[in-house]
Amino acid sequence: MSAPLLSARGLMKAFGAVVAADDVNIDVPAGQRLSVIGSNGAGKTTFVNMVTGYLHPDAGQVLLGGLDITRMNHRQIAALGICRSFQIPQLCLDLTLRENLLVAVGAAAGRPSLWAPAAARHHDQHADDLMQRFGLQDDAERPVLELAGGVRKLVDIAMALARKPRLLLLDEPTSGVSADEKFPAMRRVMDALAGEAATVVFIEHDMDIVAEFSERVIAFYSGRVIADGTPAAVLANADVQRHVTGGVR
Amino acid sequence: MTTRRALWVGAIAVAALVLTAVLAPKWLLFLATMALSHGLAVLGVVVLTRGGGATFGQGMFFAIGAYVAALLQQHWGIADAVLRVLLGTLAAGLAGALFAPLLARYRGIFFAMLTLALSMVLFGLLSKATVLGGSDGIQVARPLLFGSPLSGEGAERKLFMLTAVFTLLACLAVARYWHSAAGLLAQAVRANPLRVEYLGASARGSLATSFVISGLLGGLGGALTALALGHVEPEFSNWTTSGEFVFVAVLAGYQSVTAVFVASLLLEVVRSFSNLYFPHTWQLVLGSFLLLVIVFRPAGLGSLWVAKRQK
Repeated sequence: MSAPLLSARGLMKAFGAVVAADDVNIDVPAGQRLSVIGSNGAGKTTFVNMVTGYLHPDAGQVLLGGLDITRMNHRQIAALGICRSFQIPQLCLDLTLRENLLVAVGAAAGRPSLWAPAAARHHDQHADDLMQRFGLQDDAERPVLELAGGVRKLVDIAMALARKPRLLLLDEPTSGVSADEKFPAMRRVMDALAGEAATVVFIEHDMDIVAEFSERVIAFYSGRVIADGTPAAVLANADVQRHVTGGVR
Repeated sequence: MTTRRALWVGAIAVAALVLTAVLAPKWLLFLATMALSHGLAVLGVVVLTRGGGATFGQGMFFAIGAYVAALLQQHWGIADAVLRVLLGTLAAGLAGALFAPLLARYRGIFFAMLTLALSMVLFGLLSKATVLGGSDGIQVARPLLFGSPLSGEGAERKLFMLTAVFTLLACLAVARYWHSAAGLLAQAVRANPLRVEYLGASARGSLATSFVISGLLGGLGGALTALALGHVEPEFSNWTTSGEFVFVAVLAGYQSVTAVFVASLLLEVVRSFSNLYFPHTWQLVLGSFLLLVIVFRPAGLGSLWVAKRQK
């Protein structure tokens, strides 16, 4: 196994009496496609929030390529190359799809210019490239407010990708997408990521998606990691079947 | 806005200003000068609103610009109009830069109340400081423009042209800013500051930038008003002045630079004629008009001609 890109060491987080992370230890090697599963309240999103700096752990460490990022805020962490999408897409609703991507591309370029146009040629090309990879060109000039939920999900992920992240965290990339569309949507995301060197961690509830698109699965229950391994091994695990999948696949 | 459309709007604006300068009677010139200089302060409110802030204290910048333009001649003998306007603008911008880091930590009503508090502190200081004229304010001596005095016949016309030139330059700069990467980021901050931070950009930094630009525009408007009016007073920093700027900003909406000056001119015209025909109830008329605009044109007058986004 190659050296870990991300290391979570002994992460602890409690909200009052509710323990959301209980001695979480995870190493994620560079280039891996990892899915995180667990029932609601198991601690999946808390883990992502601690990695991205939205929450600080009560104890433990988060390391990115050996650098301690535990106490950094989400902006500093994004600048280091950890980007995320959200369960509910976080977009600028009254801006067009292209403008949303230009915001992301501009943010990735560093301190934004007060004078140079937002749609400067290289920024516009980068936005076009993202739209092409996610099949979003037809809606480029429409306000995001008018777009369907599935399209918004793709825009959200495309924005996270603008910075060419080292680690991409996707929070339920297929939630809110109809059952028939889940596989094509996830396939589109994975195809769009094909040219990227990014390590991908995604939270997912659909076990067929998990089995199809991940190399490794981590299962959470009550803030603890109860299984870690290949999709086949984790989904066959008795604890996972009892607490996460209910034995159903 | 496409480049061609921007050029057309610019050409029409320049033509309208030139025609006003050449043909308008003296009373209309003064009214138009006030509309432009007040419109600049309103443009500052609009820039800040578009960037996610809200202000009830734009009067602070307006007063700083006006007082600096007045004091430069009174205390340091600097009579040149252009220099006084530029230094008044700069002083207001510096005041904005001084308070921006504090204010950018807040959002919504808290941000707005802090701006109000700052402007009212300045109002109190100006009212009590006898060296600054106290509650009576200061008379502003007529300036020099490129060495010749701006007084006597044609002075109003020259002052209008000076104001128009500064206004056009400010509008061009603001339009350029709105289309820049920082301008787009400011809009994103208004819509979703959390997302902006997750993209690695600073929402606070963007809001602080909007606040400083708002200050520069407020100061510019104040300095030009001081020269045209010939008098500055603490009332410039009072909440009523700030409220008037917000009123015009709501009337104009935040989509169009032109709308700001249309709304500002509208206010000046209504104020002038109402003072004449119904002096005690004109605010009632204006308030009713604003209600109608909010109900039927919630995005302001600018939405009448700003192209709808492609469906």
